[in-house]
Amino acid sequence: MRYLPQTEQSVRHMLGVVGVERIEDLFRDIPEALRATAALDLPTGLSELDAVRRLTELADRNSGATALSFLGAGAYSHFVPAAVDNILQRAEFYSAYTPYQPEVSQGTLQAIFEFQSMVAMLLGLDVANASMYDGASAVAEAALMALRMQRKRERLLVARSLHPQYREVLATYLQGIADAEVVEIGFGADGRLDRAALAAELDDNAAAVIVGTPNFFGVIEDVAAISEVAAQQGVLTITATSEAMSLAAVRSPGDCGADIAVAEGQSLGVPVSYGGPGVGLFAARDRYVRSLPGRLVGQAVDSDGRRGFVLTLATREQHIRRERATSNICTNQGLIALAVTVYLSLFGKQGLRRLARQNLALAHRARDLVCAGSWQPRFDAPFFNEFAIRGPDARAALRRAADSGVVAGVELGRWYPELDDSLLVAVTEVHADADIETLAEVLR
Amino acid sequence: MSGPSRDKQAGLLLDEPLIFERNRPGQMGVDVAEVEADGLLPAELERAELEGMPEVSEPEVVRHFLRLSQWNLSAATTFYPLGSCTMKYNPIANEAAARMPGFAGLHPMTPDGLAQGALELMAELQDMLAEISGMDAVSLQPAAGAQGELAGMKMIRAYHEDRGDPRRRVLIPASAHGTNPASAALCGYEVAQLDGNAQGVVEPDAVRRAMSSEVAALMITNPNTLGIFEREIAQVAEIVHQQGGLVYLDGANLNALMGVAKPGHIGADVLHFNLHKTFSTPHGGGGPGAGPVGVRQVLADYLPNPRIVRRDDAWAWSSDAPKSIGRVRSFFGNFGMFVRAYAFIKALGGDGLTRATQMAVLNANYVRARLQDTYHLAVPGLCMHECVLTDRNLEGTGIKTLDVAKRLLDYGFYAPTIYFPLVVSGALMIEPTESESLETLDEFIAAMEAIAVEAAEDPDAIHAAPVRTPVGRLDEAKAARKPVLRWRADDSAGG
Repeated sequence: MRYLPQTEQSVRHMLGVVGVERIEDLFRDIPEALRATAALDLPTGLSELDAVRRLTELADRNSGATALSFLGAGAYSHFVPAAVDNILQRAEFYSAYTPYQPEVSQGTLQAIFEFQSMVAMLLGLDVANASMYDGASAVAEAALMALRMQRKRERLLVARSLHPQYREVLATYLQGIADAEVVEIGFGADGRLDRAALAAELDDNAAAVIVGTPNFFGVIEDVAAISEVAAQQGVLTITATSEAMSLAAVRSPGDCGADIAVAEGQSLGVPVSYGGPGVGLFAARDRYVRSLPGRLVGQAVDSDGRRGFVLTLATREQHIRRERATSNICTNQGLIALAVTVYLSLFGKQGLRRLARQNLALAHRARDLVCAGSWQPRFDAPFFNEFAIRGPDARAALRRAADSGVVAGVELGRWYPELDDSLLVAVTEVHADADIETLAEVLR
Repeated sequence: MSGPSRDKQAGLLLDEPLIFERNRPGQMGVDVAEVEADGLLPAELERAELEGMPEVSEPEVVRHFLRLSQWNLSAATTFYPLGSCTMKYNPIANEAAARMPGFAGLHPMTPDGLAQGALELMAELQDMLAEISGMDAVSLQPAAGAQGELAGMKMIRAYHEDRGDPRRRVLIPASAHGTNPASAALCGYEVAQLDGNAQGVVEPDAVRRAMSSEVAALMITNPNTLGIFEREIAQVAEIVHQQGGLVYLDGANLNALMGVAKPGHIGADVLHFNLHKTFSTPHGGGGPGAGPVGVRQVLADYLPNPRIVRRDDAWAWSSDAPKSIGRVRSFFGNFGMFVRAYAFIKALGGDGLTRATQMAVLNANYVRARLQDTYHLAVPGLCMHECVLTDRNLEGTGIKTLDVAKRLLDYGFYAPTIYFPLVVSGALMIEPTESESLETLDEFIAAMEAIAVEAAEDPDAIHAAPVRTPVGRLDEAKAARKPVLRWRADDSAGG
C-alpha cells in the first residue's frame, strides 16, 4: 500500500521491541466480544490510476459543472487567479494544523492575522475572528453572541429575506436554547425589509435584528436606516452577506451601523465546489471582542523583541472554558481563509473595486436585456449582481432554458410560495457579453 | 551596512513583513478593466474606498505567501505527532481529485439530474463510513467534528423530546475534548463530569451512580484521550440504555479501530467522524474539516436535512423527513473534503484501512515502549493509536512539558499535544499515525532522549529553546492583555 511506509522487516523488529508476537496482539485490551468478527466489507484498494478513472467517471457525470449557468443563491462562480490555488497547494500550509506551537507556525498565524485585518476592513468593523464554517453558521453564532450580550432580551428579529438556509441553520442552533425566540420580519414590495413591521417589533425584549444584505433576492438593504431605529431600542444590528464581492462596491455594514457583520467568503477566491468548503467571515465592534466565538490571532513579541503572532484570548474557547465557552467551534476553515487572503492581496484596493463594478454593470445589463422581453424586475430596490425577475411561467422558462443547455437560475417559489412567479438570476465577471445575450434569448 | 546577520535576514531564515507593509500605491496583482458603472447604485449605498487593502503586484504576493509557507512545520515536511489530531499523510492525488472541474465547478443549486456524479460519490461515501463504523445511517453535512457533535446532540435532544421525555443532563468524562461539553451546552444541556479510574477509563460503577432518568446521554471517546480502549464500553452503554439514555461516541480516535472494532456494534448510538483525521483530508492549518454523523436506526429519523435518496433510478435530494433536526450547514457540507476522503478510502480499500489502523497502533506502541523509561508513562501497558507521557521523570531539573515541546522544535519535530488530557499532569500526547517509518520514529525517539539528557546536564539550553525558528518563545500572556488583532492603515501594527 503506497501510503504505508513500514516494511515487513521493520514491523517484525518493532513487535519485538513492544514485546508482542503478532500485530493482532496489540489489540488484546479490546475484549474479544467487542472485536469485529469479519473483515471490512469494502472493495480492495485501487491504484492511483484506477482511482483517477473512477473519480473522473463521477466528475464527468456532473454535467451541470460545465453548463452555462446563472446560479447564485448563496454560492457564486467567480474567476480565481492561478496563484491562489498554487499557494493553497503548498503542503506547508495544507498539512499543518491549528497553530498550537506558534514558533513553527508563523506562516499560518501571520496569514490569519492578515485575514482578520482584511475581513475587518471589508466589513467595516474593528475586529474579525479567524473564520467560521460558513455564512449560515456565522449567522447562528452571531445570534447566540447577541443573546449572550443582551442577557435580558430573548427575541431575534430575523428578515424573511435572509437566505432560507441561513434561517434553517439558525433554527437548528437555537433548538434547546431556552430564552430565545425568532420573530420573522417580512419584506416590502421593493424587496427590502418591511421597516414598519420591524418598528412594530422593536422593544426592550429584542436582542438583535438579523438582515441579509444583499438579501436572498439580491436586493441591497438600507442597513443605515435599520441600525438607526434598532439602536434607539438597544437592539443590535447583525448583517449577513452571502455574496462577499458586493462588499467592494456597497457601503460596508460597519459603516452603516451594524454591530456584528458576517459573510460567506466563498466568492473571494474559492470554487463553488458543490457548496463547500467555503468560509464564514465574522466581524464585530471592538467592545464585543471578549464575546466573540472562534479563534483569534494576535500580535506578540518573542524573547528578543521580534514581532510574531499567536492564538490569543483563548479563555473564550472550548478547550479552556469547556461548557462555558462562547462557542463549541474548534477546527474552522483555515485553508479557505488563506485562499481569501491571497485573493484579496492579489486584487487589492483597486482590483477588487473594479471587479465589483464589473459585476454590477454586467448584472444590470443582463436584467435590462432579459426584461426587454416578457420578463419584469420582481423588485425595484438597488441590487448588486443578482436579481429576481417575474414572468408568465417561471418553471416552464427554466425548463426551456435547460433544453438549450443553460441553467438560467432558481425558482424563488421553492422557498417563497408568494414568489412562485419569479426566478433568481446571478451574473458575474465569468459571463461574457455573449453569455448574457444567450440568457436573454433562452428566457424569451 | 553590515552583512547578513544570523537574525533571520539571510539563508533560509528570510524575513517577511505583513502584506500591508509591502504596499506600493497603484500596484495590483491582477489586471482588471475599469468599466462604466456610475449611477447603478444610489450614492448613499456606494462604498467610497477599500481603505487599507493592500496594493501589491503578483510576484510580490506570491513571494510573500511562499515565504510564509516556509515558516510552517507541517505533516508533509516533518513528523507531526500532535496527539488526538491524527496528522497522517495527505495524498497529493486527493488534492488533484477535488480540483477536477466536474467537482470544483459544480454549483450547489445545480438540478439533481446534472449532479449525479456528486450525489453518487456522497451516497457511496456514506455507505463506506457506515460499514467502517457499524452505524446504520450517515449524514455528511456537519462542517467539522464539533459541528458533528452539535448535530448528534441535537438529534439526541429531538429523540427524547419526541418521546415526551425531555432530559437535562449529559455525562462527560473528565478526559474528554473541550468540544464535548461545549457542544452539549449549546444544546441546552447541563454537563456532569465523570471521573475515570487511574487509567482514565470510565467504570460502570461511576456511570451507574451518575445515571438517572434526567440524563439524556453519555458522551464518550473511545479509545479515550489517554490512548486507552474503554474496555467496559459495552456494560457502560447498557447502563445508559437501561435508563433510557443514549451513547454519543466522539470519533476523533477512530483511526485506532478501523477493521478492528465497530463503534455501532459496541454500544454507540451516534458518532461523528473527523474526515480530516481518520480519512486524510488535510488539516489545512485549522480546517476545513468535515464531521459527518453516523447513527443507529433509533436516531435515523432525526438526521439533518436534506438527505440523499434514490428516486426513479436516479440520486436526488430530499427534505421529506419531518422529524429531522434540520440543517446545521448551508448546502451539503464541505463537499471538497468528501471527494478527498472518498479517494482515500478507495485507494486503501478494506484491507488497507485495517492495515493503516494496525500500523498506527504499532507505531504508537513502539514510541511508548522506547520512551516509557526515559519519560513517565501516564498509563502502563499497551496503548492504542497514541500514548501519553508526562514530565514527572524530569522533576528536579526545572524542565517541564512546555520546555520539552519547545526544544523538540529545534530538533525539527512538531511537538506532541501538551497539557492534554487535563486529567494528566504535564501530559505529552504522542500520535505517530501509520504514515511514519521506523527510521523517522527512531529519529524522534533519539531527540526525546537527547532532551532528557539536556534537561539534566544543560537545562538552560532548553529554557532558551526554540532557537532554530524564525521567532523565539512568544509572550502569549502579554499578547492577551492588550490584544492587537489586526493591522490598521493609520496605526501600523509596529514591529
